[in-house]
Amino acid sequence: MKLGFKHEWIETNIGLMVVITMLAISVAGMVEIIPLFFIKGTVENVAGPRPYTPLELRGRDIYQDNGCFYCHSQMIRPFRDEELRYGHYSLAAESQYDHPFLWGSERTGPDLARIGGKYSNAWHVQHLIDPRSVVSQSIMPGFPWLATTPLNMSDIEARMKALRDVGVPYALTKQEYEADVKKFGPELAKQYYIPNAQQNIIEQANANDYDGRKNGPITEMDAVIAYLQSLGNQVDWSKVNENQLVKDR
Amino acid sequence: MSQNPSQQGQQAVQTTGHVWDGDLQEFNNPLPTWWVYTFFATIVFSIGYWLIYPAWPIGNTYTRGFDTITYVDKAGQKVTSHWNTRALLMEDMNKAAAFQKPFFDKVLATPYEQIAKDPELENFVMATGHSLFENNCASCHQTGAQGLVGHYPNLTDDDWLYGGRYAQINYTITDGRHGYMPTFGEVLEPAQIDDLANYVASLSGIHADPAKVAAGRQLFHSDTAGCFYCHGEQATGRHVIGAPNLTDQIWLWADVPAHHTAQGKIEAIRKVIYNGVNKGVMPAWGDRLSPVDIKVLTFYVHNLGGGQ
Ligand code: HEC
Ligand code: HEC
Ligand code: HEC
Repeated sequence: MKLGFKHEWIETNIGLMVVITMLAISVAGMVEIIPLFFIKGTVENVAGPRPYTPLELRGRDIYQDNGCFYCHSQMIRPFRDEELRYGHYSLAAESQYDHPFLWGSERTGPDLARIGGKYSNAWHVQHLIDPRSVVSQSIMPGFPWLATTPLNMSDIEARMKALRDVGVPYALTKQEYEADVKKFGPELAKQYYIPNAQQNIIEQANANDYDGRKNGPITEMDAVIAYLQSLGNQVDWSKVNENQLVKDR
Repeated sequence: MSQNPSQQGQQAVQTTGHVWDGDLQEFNNPLPTWWVYTFFATIVFSIGYWLIYPAWPIGNTYTRGFDTITYVDKAGQKVTSHWNTRALLMEDMNKAAAFQKPFFDKVLATPYEQIAKDPELENFVMATGHSLFENNCASCHQTGAQGLVGHYPNLTDDDWLYGGRYAQINYTITDGRHGYMPTFGEVLEPAQIDDLANYVASLSGIHADPAKVAAGRQLFHSDTAGCFYCHGEQATGRHVIGAPNLTDQIWLWADVPAHHTAQGKIEAIRKVIYNGVNKGVMPAWGDRLSPVDIKVLTFYVHNLGGGQ
């Protein structure tokens, strides 16, 4: 075939080859991803999803540190079997404050997108320390150190500032705080006020006693369980227009 | 077929001109014609996809495609949408519901007591209940619903914290429960707690010190300890607050069965009185499961053996 050009041109010009190779491998990603930034309804307009509190945010970091996402997805796909087992399919709106997303791609264990509220804190503590003591046939490894490792909260403000830079509405100024009050209510707005982050962690951990040791130290266990209990139960489905969700796709 | 570059004449295949190790050369064959045309054919074929399915972004919207899916939404309205996976799910759920609806409607319409009288309906409820239980409840109550001493109650016996009638079980599942017994370690003297442990042990026929049992009985019914307010005058428990019957030799929090000596059993009971109980949390399922699922589970749990 004569196509007007010779592939030798590309193969003998390493610079051109690099550029064209990059284009070839990124074009599929680009045509699928870039339009989503402009299409209305990509992030569904539902009430409920909110940023993580500082304690939940630390829990999320620890979830990543320990590689929970290697075995657990957080993405319920719109299939009947998944709907029956895990609940309503995941919405983009529910991960709008996630940086990075923890959708995952492997399910050695079950999906955790709607784990919040499914079990008690006590169950999570026991399960994370020794999974086989509650689920006898489990192949999940134990994470006993979570219960004994004190939670590092010294850098929480920096973590929140970084997320603020990419658009999560954590507040640094009074003005941003007021905007949060309007959007999320006074309770949550207090949680999102960066200068109070450490105090907020301590208060939330003590008030809820996730790790079951009322006056003990605040541990990574507190944070991970606070995070798990916040997953997937923020949308009030009775107020959601399902037909709109269908239209959005 | 490619040919040996060493062949001469018209049939010779081009090489790139590179030579390694004296005689290693590289062919420079063009792509086979059939491959190139197949490639073009796939591009033409994809135009069909663009027409049928959602495809091209245009500003803040996109081409929806000609294919449609019609489903019935929760309000019973027929909705027609362009083809997409969410509409496909709706259609799928409709199809399954068409098979199951007659059964679920019958479950909702039939009083609990009548379900067992219809073998086909009972089979359906027990099979559905089993899969719901394995999916949602077994992590705590274990796969056979036998529970876990120290953590989760056995649901197959006729000993109930909150009562074993249908309405009570339904309430337990829908709204959840959180049993609470205060810690007595800081309120009572160690000797008093020891007396109480001996008394409670004696109620289940465990061999205990008679003098301590007598002292414990008094304390149990006194305002100092106030055990009887919750556990009842006869120590047979009170369903409204989930205070267990202490006379039935069935233990949830005190790991009595693990010990073989009376001493050990009494010590297990003493620990519970000393520490209290605050971790008995049964989650609420009202937001997670539909009313008919909860009715199915209620019947299932009731029929595991201990229903009242
Ligand atoms: C090697 C793979 C693996 C890793 C890593 C792992 N899990 Fe699991 N997880 C499992 C499996 C398998 C199950 C199912 C059996 C069970 O419940 O233990 C499970 C179950 C769970 C459940 C219960 C889900 C349900 O709906 O019943 C939770 C919660 C959970 N894991 C949390 C975590 C957290 C938090 C981490 C990280 C600290 C983690 N897992 C790491 C494999 C894993
Ligand atoms: C405020 C109410 C209340 C008071 C007062 C109370 N209990 Fe309890 N007790 C409970 C509840 C509720 C449970 C079960 C907790 C649960 O299931 O989460 C329980 C559990 C127990 C158990 C564990 C039973 C088992 O199956 O392992 C023992 C033993 C016990 N109580 C003894 C006592 C004694 C002795 C006293 C008096 C010192 C006492 N309780 C006072 C409410 C109370
Ligand atoms: C996080 C663990 C957990 C899960 C999951 C769970 N339960 Fe429970 N359940 C408990 C605990 C703990 C109690 C005892 C509550 C107390 O001590 O006050 C309980 C109590 C009960 C009781 C009352 C028992 C009695 O003696 O009165 C019933 C009935 C019950 N659960 C049914 C279910 C069903 C059905 C499901 C699934 C939909 C379920 N549970 C899921 C932990 C759990």
